[in-house]
Amino acid sequence: MNEVSYIDRPNRPLFFYAILYLAFLYIPVLFLPLFSFNDNIYIAFPLKGFTTQWYVAMFNDQPMWAALNNSLRVACVSSAIATLLGLFGAKAVTRYRIPGVKPIIFVIMLPMVVPLIIMGVALLILVTRLGFNLSLYTIAMAHVLISVPFAMATLMSRFEGFDPSMEEASSDLGAGPWSTFWRVTLPMVAPGIVASFLLCFTISFDEFIMAFFLGGTDPTLPIFIWGQLRFPFRLPGVLALGSLILIISFVLVFFALWLRRWGVEDTKSGI
Amino acid sequence: MTNNDAFVSLVDVSKHFGSVVAVDHLSFTIDSGEFFSLLGPSGCGKTTVLRMLGGFESPTTGEIYIDGTPMSEVPPHHRPTNMVFQNYAIFPHLNVRANIAYGLRYDKIEKAEVARRVEEALEMVKLPGFGKRRSNELSGGQRQRVALARALIKRPKVLLLDEPLGALDKKLREEMQLELRALQESVGITFIFVTHDQEEALTLSTRIAVMARGKALQVASPKDLYNRPVSVEVADFIGQMNFVEAQVIDVRNGEAVLDTAGLGKITTAANSDFIHKDAAIIVAIRPEKLLLSADRQSENQAAVQGTLKTSAYLGDRNHFYVSVEGAERPLAVAATEAEVSGEKPFDHESTVWLSWADNALILLPRD
Repeated sequence: MNEVSYIDRPNRPLFFYAILYLAFLYIPVLFLPLFSFNDNIYIAFPLKGFTTQWYVAMFNDQPMWAALNNSLRVACVSSAIATLLGLFGAKAVTRYRIPGVKPIIFVIMLPMVVPLIIMGVALLILVTRLGFNLSLYTIAMAHVLISVPFAMATLMSRFEGFDPSMEEASSDLGAGPWSTFWRVTLPMVAPGIVASFLLCFTISFDEFIMAFFLGGTDPTLPIFIWGQLRFPFRLPGVLALGSLILIISFVLVFFALWLRRWGVEDTKSGI
Repeated sequence: MTNNDAFVSLVDVSKHFGSVVAVDHLSFTIDSGEFFSLLGPSGCGKTTVLRMLGGFESPTTGEIYIDGTPMSEVPPHHRPTNMVFQNYAIFPHLNVRANIAYGLRYDKIEKAEVARRVEEALEMVKLPGFGKRRSNELSGGQRQRVALARALIKRPKVLLLDEPLGALDKKLREEMQLELRALQESVGITFIFVTHDQEEALTLSTRIAVMARGKALQVASPKDLYNRPVSVEVADFIGQMNFVEAQVIDVRNGEAVLDTAGLGKITTAANSDFIHKDAAIIVAIRPEKLLLSADRQSENQAAVQGTLKTSAYLGDRNHFYVSVEGAERPLAVAATEAEVSGEKPFDHESTVWLSWADNALILLPRD
C-alpha cells in the first residue's frame, strides 16, 4: 500500500498544467514592467538597456497628474456611495423578512452581468435626455451603478457571517434601532465596509467604457492613457505608469480579500 | 380576562409564519418570582413564545401582559424583560466589562455607579477579574455567565433564557443548573426558561409548560407533571413510562373496574370524566413503581406474572424488561442496586412477578 494519500501524491501533468496556466495569465502583464525599464522608444525585442527615464518623464507629466487626480476623486466618491448603498441593501436583504427577496437580490446583482457597453450607451442616452452635462459626476454615478453589486456581495457575506442575535441582544438591553446600528452593527461589519470600499475603488479606478461614454472634458486616468497610445513616444511613459498602477491594484485587492475574511471566525456564534 | 395575580400572562396568543402555525391559541399565566420552564421537542413553538415575550416577534393574535401592561406595542428596548440568548450573543468587539455595562447606558446611571454594578455583577456570576477579556478568550460556561450578568444587571422584571445550557457539556451543565437555581432564588426575578431537556426542566422549575405543536399540553409543577400527567403524550415525554391499553368494565362508588392488556383485572379509584363504562383508556405506570421479585410477595397486592427478557445495567440502577401476557411491549422495570441485592440474580427467560401499589397507576384518556 502507498503511504501517501491520493491527494498528496505528486501529479506531474497537473503541475505542468498549473505552470502553463499561470504563465498564460501573467506573462503578458509582466511585459509592462519589463519594457518600462527598457531604453528604447519602441516596444520590441531585443532589449536595449536599463533606464528609469520613462518614470522621470511620467512624474513630470502634468496632464497625467490631472487625470490621476480625476480618477482618484471619481473612485473615492463612487466607492463611498456604492458602499453606503451596499451596506443598507445588505442589511435589508439579510436581516428582514422581505417578500420576494430573491428577485430583489437578482435585480441588484444584474449590473454585474449586463455588458458595460450596453449600459454605457443606455446611460449616455438617459443623461443627455435629462439635460445633464457630461462630467466627472456622470462618470461617478455610472461607477456607483456598476460597483453596487460588488459592494452588496461583499457586505452580504459579512452580514451572513454574523449572528442576528447580536443585534437582538443590543435592542434587548435597551438600545434603539440607531443605537444598535452604531454600537453593534457598524463595528461588526467594519471590515466588510473597508473591503467593499477598496473593491469598488479598484473597479472605478480602471474602468474605461463608462468613463469614455459619460466623460466630459476632464479625462480619467484610463481615458488619458488610451489617448496617449496615439503617440508612440508617449508609450514607454504609459508602461511606467501602468506598472505602478498594477502594483498598487494588487496590493489593494489582496488587502480587500484579506479583510473580507478577517474576523469572521470570531463574530460567528461559535462557542 | 387577565388573571390579576399573574405577573406574566399570555392570552390566546397565536403566531403564524406564513402558513406555518408556530404557536396555536396559547394561554397561561406565570406568577412573580417563578422559575417557569417551557419544555418541548424542537419545533414545538417554545422559542417563539420566548421571542414574543422579548419582543422579537409579535403575536399574530392575542396579547401578552407583563406586570399588567399589554406588550404588543412595546418594542424590545422598552420591555421590562432581558434575554440570555441560546448562543449568548456576547459582542465580540467589546470586552467583558463593556458587554456587561452595555445596557446601563440607557438607564441613565452615573459612571461610578456603572463601574460598581459591573464589578458586583462579575462577582455574582463568579467571574471577578475577567472584565478585560474578550469573548473569544472565554469558555462556553464563562460566556454563559457573562450573558447572564449582562441581562441581570438591567434588573429586569422577567429574565428570558433560551436553552442557555444547551451548548455546555453534561458536567458543566449540571453545575450551572444548580447555580442558576440559586441565583434565581437570590435575585427573586421571574425566570422563563426554554429547554428541550426534561430532566433540566424538572430540576430547575417551579412550574413547567409542556408544549407540542404550538400548544401547551399541561402546565404544572414538576412533581405533578411526573406523577399526574394528563395525557399519554405528556407522560411519554416526561421520564420513562409503561403504557397498557385497558377497557373500563364498570364504574361504581368512585371505583373503576378495568380489564387491562397485561396487568390483569384492576379495581382503582376513578375521578376523571373520561372514565365511564365501556370506555377504552390507557393505564400508565412508571418503571420504578413496578416491583420485581422471583415469587409473589403477598396475596393482597396487585401483581402479574411475566418472563424476564433483557436487562440493562445503568450503574446506579438496573432496567429489566419483562414481557407479560396480553401486553404489546415488554414492561420496563427500574430497580436500584439495593432493591435487587437481596435477590438472587435473575436469569433471562426466567419467570418473575411484578407487583405495584394501587396508587402507582395513572389512568389516561386515549389520544
